[in-house]
Amino acid sequence: MAIFVNENTKVIVQGLTGGQGKYHGLRNRDYGTRVVGGVTPGKAGQDVDGIPVFDTVADAVAATGATASFVAVPPKFASGAILEAAAAGIGFVVCITEGIPAQDEAKVYNTLIRDFPGTRLLGPNCPGIISPGKCNIGITAGEIAQVPSADGPNVGIVSRSGTLTYQALYELKQKGIGVSTCVGIGGDPVPGTNFIDCLAEFQADPETHAIMMIGEIGGSAEEEAAEYIQANVTKPMSAYIAGVTAPAGKKMGHAGAIVSGGKGTAQGKMDALAAAGVKVGLNPTEAGELMAEIVAAL
Amino acid sequence: MDLFEYQGKQYFARYDIPVSRGGPADTVEEAIKEANQAGYPVVVKAQVQVGGRGKAGGIKLADNEAEVREHAGNILGMDIKGHVVKRLWIEQASDIDEEYYASFTLDRAAKKHLLMLSAEGGVEIEAVAESNPDAIVKLHIDPVDGLDEATARQACVDAKLPERALDGAADILVKLYRCFTEGDCDLAEINPLILKPTGEVHALDAKVTLDENAEFRHPEWDAFRGLTEMDDREKMAAEKGLQYIGLDGTVGIIANGAGLAMSTLDVVNQVGGSAANFLDIGGGANADVMAGALEVINFDDNVQSILINIFGGITRGEEVAKGIVEAMGRVDLRAPIVIRLDGTNAEEGRQILLDAGIPADKLRSEPTMLDAARAAVAIAK
Repeated sequence: MAIFVNENTKVIVQGLTGGQGKYHGLRNRDYGTRVVGGVTPGKAGQDVDGIPVFDTVADAVAATGATASFVAVPPKFASGAILEAAAAGIGFVVCITEGIPAQDEAKVYNTLIRDFPGTRLLGPNCPGIISPGKCNIGITAGEIAQVPSADGPNVGIVSRSGTLTYQALYELKQKGIGVSTCVGIGGDPVPGTNFIDCLAEFQADPETHAIMMIGEIGGSAEEEAAEYIQANVTKPMSAYIAGVTAPAGKKMGHAGAIVSGGKGTAQGKMDALAAAGVKVGLNPTEAGELMAEIVAAL
Repeated sequence: MDLFEYQGKQYFARYDIPVSRGGPADTVEEAIKEANQAGYPVVVKAQVQVGGRGKAGGIKLADNEAEVREHAGNILGMDIKGHVVKRLWIEQASDIDEEYYASFTLDRAAKKHLLMLSAEGGVEIEAVAESNPDAIVKLHIDPVDGLDEATARQACVDAKLPERALDGAADILVKLYRCFTEGDCDLAEINPLILKPTGEVHALDAKVTLDENAEFRHPEWDAFRGLTEMDDREKMAAEKGLQYIGLDGTVGIIANGAGLAMSTLDVVNQVGGSAANFLDIGGGANADVMAGALEVINFDDNVQSILINIFGGITRGEEVAKGIVEAMGRVDLRAPIVIRLDGTNAEEGRQILLDAGIPADKLRSEPTMLDAARAAVAIAK
């Protein structure tokens, strides 16, 4: 088992003929992901290293039976691409695009909720998702993810920050701890999939025995997750929150990470998680070490 | 991007939101010219991006040219909480019957737009929220539906605005919402929104934060650049398209991804050092970007060591390495580099650095983020 994606997931890449789409789409395929098609309007009939390209997502779905899509198109076109995938019946859309206007994101999110409840969006501005050994959609370097062991214990990872997602995978790899699925939810203001969505899936997944969570300053997603954990998560957890030393009121790189009005501080988030029984590390390495202790005790 | 008040008012005017007649001024003579055009009495307002301007003496009423000369002279160059006043906004003074508060933002938890409206404006809304939370009407708006006139009017009724203000306030709310959405604002706030004795409703202040991700569809935003509150380091970084924030420490930081960059700051702090900056070179950074980042760091005299923390996803290790080698050929770096390189093509990257034959006192590699932070902090001390 794994959450959201597994060895049976058939993936199309929207933007396969573009630089990012081609590079990461082919890397995903090399990893073993079933990349069955690509979509670029006007380029139907072509192929990218043997992967057929279609004009529309609907055509790609009809021809390949794809169930997931990897959106790797520029910000201007990302909203349209996500909604096109949803309209074509794709159940799981991963959007790595960075720099989508917040107004567009809010509109896409609420359109999906209302008109396409069967579609889950991961991202935008996220590294993607990897179920090690089975499926890798997005930009994660597959070799840094430890394949889960058949009898466990295995860890599920959920992270709001891109590069810290890799850091978390890497920490567990160093310690030989298997990962069931690693989900990068992205740091944008309106992520399609949030911490709680992933925590619920991990809690229900028999292959996941413990959960590692990486958050960052800004917003209240970590505090909401802490409340959810307190009430619903029985699997042991470790966590790290980036931005302890970030000055207040400064926008740290992307829309997600800003502390304002004393809200969304790293300390507040760490306290909330600790109160919910999560072991909180002061840096990613420490969170990995805490997870190693948790796993050793399982 | 945070707009100055006068820019916010110019932006509001694009969406037909009534604002006072006025103009910006950088000198006393310009202030007098604008005042004569606007018509007396006028208000002379310091343009700084910090609250409490009025209390600090940065907002003054002037009845005639002599008073404009006096106030403009005093306020230009004034230091308000560390912000030096370089520009004034001179506008026609308004008669005020009542002061309200109105704003639109995105409520990240609810994932909907949020209207906040209060009949108790003119003061800090946080204080109202604290002392009398019921005085603020909060209305969530589905971004797919938008805000119509009837809903806006009902919000005004709920906020207990007087009957004679309802039409004007509802009209402004609809226009402000258009400005917020079509204008791609993260925040569009009017405080105070005033009711004049004549019954007109009018925006007396403007606080606007634009979403830089939407810049591609707003060529008109170019006019707002220039008079920024960035320091020289931040200006240089902005010209190179880097996400940079200047800090006061001695370890220059370069990382890819905001999360990793913040985490690098945290770790430097934990091992007893202090960061000179936050710098996120972003995803997919190539050699040019890395070279530009090093130039910006090198420009900061406080920097004693440079910590490069890269975990490649989109960013490829060999590109990072090429950038470092190229930058070291192009720029005479004052401080040594400590690098930690992992992820996509990290081995190729490390090999490129080795092959370049850079002496160890100029560049060294460390296997982990913590080791690299310790080494960089040790050098900086």
